[in-house]
Amino acid sequence: MTAQVAVSRWSRTASGFTGVSLLVVAFLAAVPYVFGGPAEQPLITLLTFIALASMWNLLAGFSGLTSFGQQAYLGLGAYALYLIAEHGINPFAGIIPAAIAAAVISLPVAGLVLRLSGGYFAVATLVVAAVFQIAATLSPSVGGTTGVSLPGLAGYSDVLREALIYWATLAVAVVSVAGVYLLVRRTFGLDARAVSSDQVAAASAGVRVGRIRLLAYVVAAGLAGAVGALIALQTLYVEPTSVFSIQYSVDMLFMVLIGGVGTIEGPILGALVLFGLQETLSAYGAWYLVIVGGLAVGVTLIASRGIWGYASERLGWSFLPIGYQVGRES
Amino acid sequence: MTWVNSVVQGMLLGGQYALIACGLSLAFGVMRIVNLAHGDLAVCGAYLGLVLSSALGVPVWVTLPLLLPAAFAVGVALQWLLFGRALRRGVLAPVLVTFGLSVMIENLLQVGATSDPRGLNGGSLALASFHLGSLVVSWLFMTAFLTACAVLTCLQLALSRTSWGRKVRATADDLDTARLVGIKVQPVFASVAGVAVATAALAGVFIGTIGTFDPLAGTNTLIFAFEAVVIGGIGSLWGTLAGGLALGVTQVVVGQINQDYAVLAVHLLFLAVLTVRPGGLFTSSHAIREIGAQGAAG
Repeated sequence: MTAQVAVSRWSRTASGFTGVSLLVVAFLAAVPYVFGGPAEQPLITLLTFIALASMWNLLAGFSGLTSFGQQAYLGLGAYALYLIAEHGINPFAGIIPAAIAAAVISLPVAGLVLRLSGGYFAVATLVVAAVFQIAATLSPSVGGTTGVSLPGLAGYSDVLREALIYWATLAVAVVSVAGVYLLVRRTFGLDARAVSSDQVAAASAGVRVGRIRLLAYVVAAGLAGAVGALIALQTLYVEPTSVFSIQYSVDMLFMVLIGGVGTIEGPILGALVLFGLQETLSAYGAWYLVIVGGLAVGVTLIASRGIWGYASERLGWSFLPIGYQVGRES
Repeated sequence: MTWVNSVVQGMLLGGQYALIACGLSLAFGVMRIVNLAHGDLAVCGAYLGLVLSSALGVPVWVTLPLLLPAAFAVGVALQWLLFGRALRRGVLAPVLVTFGLSVMIENLLQVGATSDPRGLNGGSLALASFHLGSLVVSWLFMTAFLTACAVLTCLQLALSRTSWGRKVRATADDLDTARLVGIKVQPVFASVAGVAVATAALAGVFIGTIGTFDPLAGTNTLIFAFEAVVIGGIGSLWGTLAGGLALGVTQVVVGQINQDYAVLAVHLLFLAVLTVRPGGLFTSSHAIREIGAQGAAG
């Protein structure tokens, strides 16, 4: 007698969760109407975190590329948005072109840094970010060391501008999470995880390692560019030391590690944790970052699968499944 | 004459870069770990020198017999507590752990020492200089350069002539075979980490005496050290010295033309070497395979 076995990706939990998450997104989209301005600011921060974490997870979690230089593309996105707005184009319409600009610039950079892997790749990305930062400070057309304020928003009332920024941030966060989810569900996800666990084995099994790493790097650069453009919109000012700050990399690393590397849900949880920590501990200044760094070290050494890794193992949940489950056919 | 002067000053500066970089190179060569906190550990060495020399009221050189063993002990402890464990957890973990350590160190230093830039008391050596033809050379820069050369020579001799060196080379070549022939690799790793941190701390003392340092100086220090290692070629100590000299000369010569472009030129030199000879200028094909990511696979 042969057992009837079914291989499925979706479970009842996952279908239910997809419905719930669509409702959450719809609810979040309605926030400016229902709650107005005060609720927007913290949510903008949280959604920015989610987009950043999701993007870094695509790099480090799925493709084994621990970049600590994604601030290079945040900065490029912010400066690209400034240049677009300066030419009289509406800044909100400039977000997507800014993201594309960052992705295009990342192509030749990828040709250099993707020759390295592991820690060498990590430091090379730091160098790239430093080069872009110095280049910005040496360019008088983008304000040099003092930076530039973003033009083109004078026609908006404060309320409308805030709400538009909120919706744009929500859109970028949803695109990041959904984009990474849909990308890793394809063959790309399987290939990328093979590359991140063993490049040589993956290559010998026919995975086109170079293309996988390139795709992950360029997509992540584009998403970082979009977030950079959003940051320029939120702060209305682009300044090299803040927009190229390595702090973004520290945040991304922390969120992904705490939440769970290589899962879709983990980075969202990590973003919530970082948001909570920042709200409660940011008054302690440097101590807050000592705790962030210490937790990153501790989680890597003791609980490398992060919160979601453990939760899904113990509870058997997978809200946004990327693998398959084997079960008895009903 | 100004150009000759720039090249000489650049070489002297390059010696300092090589001194920071040799620990990074050694740790990667033996343990396959890129310690992203290496620059911060150098800065810690400078702060420890500051604490000791102001507590004892002596120039920082006098405190080296205390400082260097302490730094060695820190390296052994870090290897035992963090690096060794991280290395057993795959390829991502060492990168994440050392980066987290770097964030912790930088912010602990800010808490403990504020973000004011500091300098170290170098005694009479800090101001002395001598004439070389028509060039004026600072004794401090000369001492830093000669110390770097001496440290690299001692390391190279220790690696090629002593039984410790044989164990280290065997472990670096093939961990499993080294274990099979009876080498206890954990003590080897611990001693290498100790030497790496001690050389970093020594470099930190020179950086702090020649210029100033602050809690966040570690990241830039790491970048320069890393560039020296890659330009020179991974796993070759003489290559690291050559890489450091190339960096120093580039920085000072370009700075002679326009100070704003000095650091940018160093980074561009690094990226250019990465494009043309990704394995560095003085590397064997073995080391290229170690860092080369997907050259063959891509």
